[in-house]
Amino acid sequence: MTSPTLYALTGAALIGIGFYGLIEAQHLLRRVITFNLIGSGLFVFLGAVGARNDGFDPIPQALIITGIVVALSASALAVGLVVAHSRASGRATFPEEDEDA
Amino acid sequence: MTLIFDAMLCALTLGVALATVLGCGVFRTIVFFVVYGLLLSVAWVRLDAVDVALAEAAIGAGLTGVLFLAAFGKLTRIGVEAEPSPKRFHLPAALGCIGLSGAMAWAWFALPEPHRPTPDLSDALPRAGVENPVTAVLLNFRAWDTLLEGTVLLAALIGLWILTRDEDWHHRLGRLQHVRSGGVMESFGRLLPPVGTLVGVYLIYIGADQPGGAFQGGTVLAAVGLIAALAGLLRPPRITECSWRMALVAGPLVFLGAGVAGEVFGVGFLTLPGSIAEGAIFIIEVALGLSIAVTLALLVIGPPEGGDSE
Amino acid sequence: MADFATYLFTGVGLFFFVAGSVGFLRFPDVFSRLHALTKADNLGLGFITLGTAFQAEAWRDAALLALIWGLVLLAAGTVSQLISRDALRERDEK
Repeated sequence: MTSPTLYALTGAALIGIGFYGLIEAQHLLRRVITFNLIGSGLFVFLGAVGARNDGFDPIPQALIITGIVVALSASALAVGLVVAHSRASGRATFPEEDEDA
Repeated sequence: MTLIFDAMLCALTLGVALATVLGCGVFRTIVFFVVYGLLLSVAWVRLDAVDVALAEAAIGAGLTGVLFLAAFGKLTRIGVEAEPSPKRFHLPAALGCIGLSGAMAWAWFALPEPHRPTPDLSDALPRAGVENPVTAVLLNFRAWDTLLEGTVLLAALIGLWILTRDEDWHHRLGRLQHVRSGGVMESFGRLLPPVGTLVGVYLIYIGADQPGGAFQGGTVLAAVGLIAALAGLLRPPRITECSWRMALVAGPLVFLGAGVAGEVFGVGFLTLPGSIAEGAIFIIEVALGLSIAVTLALLVIGPPEGGDSE
Repeated sequence: MADFATYLFTGVGLFFFVAGSVGFLRFPDVFSRLHALTKADNLGLGFITLGTAFQAEAWRDAALLALIWGLVLLAAGTVSQLISRDALRERDEK
């Protein structure tokens, strides 16, 4: 097992962990955080693809940098929405999901 | 030997990710997420991607962590109830996620063998105007993606501002900071910006030949601005202030102008001919770095919250 | 020779880091934990920086490493002060 394979499998596991966290989370801020987890797991997978055969492939790296910046801006907007929702409704979860908790 | 190090790093990263997901309390989740981001930066260095490591440490771990911590503080101040009580373990969801990870792992092993390096890229790198291949790809070969990325940043900021309540529109962004004059925070806010600005400008400048670039340097500058704002030394602007709006759009405008100039002079939209590539990339990077710094700082500060006396 | 120095100093730095982490896990309250983290961890970082400086190829790289250590010291000192002041205020409020 080579080093990129190890990171690719880690990335795959991170995506799974992030998705589970996204499904089971009820607090909205926690959902935004686990969404970031999924994104970064995907980036690791993509980076491992770019690092195969001991080469240095700049195109996946440029795409990943773009992805990291876009993930931050999406998180900022999502966080703003969460705060606005909480201010308007007084709770940090969606109302229809409190019923079956 | 290095494989053992990689294995331990991956195991640690997975453990911290599990702690993020399963931790009780949102604050714990945020702290573990920051730790996860830093471990990931080390992983990027191991994957031979130093630019990505810089971006992940600065943006992924640093700014995103600050963003979440600030949001947590806002939620606590609003007074929302704490995390709802113990969650059940969702077995179907867990099985589905394990299946998803398995599918991704299978995809990795099913990937075709690459032709590396792609012949077009290695031929084109000498006429890119810069020595750092990642910067060449970001600002020359795939400049279209970077232009759109700058626009996405701006769009996210505008979206965030739209969430302002009507009565708060003319207040300053974020919240008024109460800082003890002569205290530790204020001294830190005076001591750090000179060094931090130097580091940020250096990162932007050196990005042409070595790992660095507009995004990494711009993020350091944004962090310096945030520290100064937290120390009460730099007051966030109002939405309506003109000079700050100029700073926000300067980067995408310069980039777009370069692209249109390429079209006007007949070489094609957003194409940089080899002779002027180096100078053009430098100008674009400076403008982009400035815009990224201001946009990221204002994204983290958030919409105006009112309650100020000004 | 330089490699031996790197191993030595990095090992000492690791020892201090482990000591700081053990203290963080075992100390009873916020203030003593902050003490362990700021003192032991920063000293450990200083030793690790010294160790890696032996691998630097030019004085410029070693100076950059020293700058990193200085900045971390500054940040750690400020943050621990702020945390402890907040913890003190919280304790007095109870």
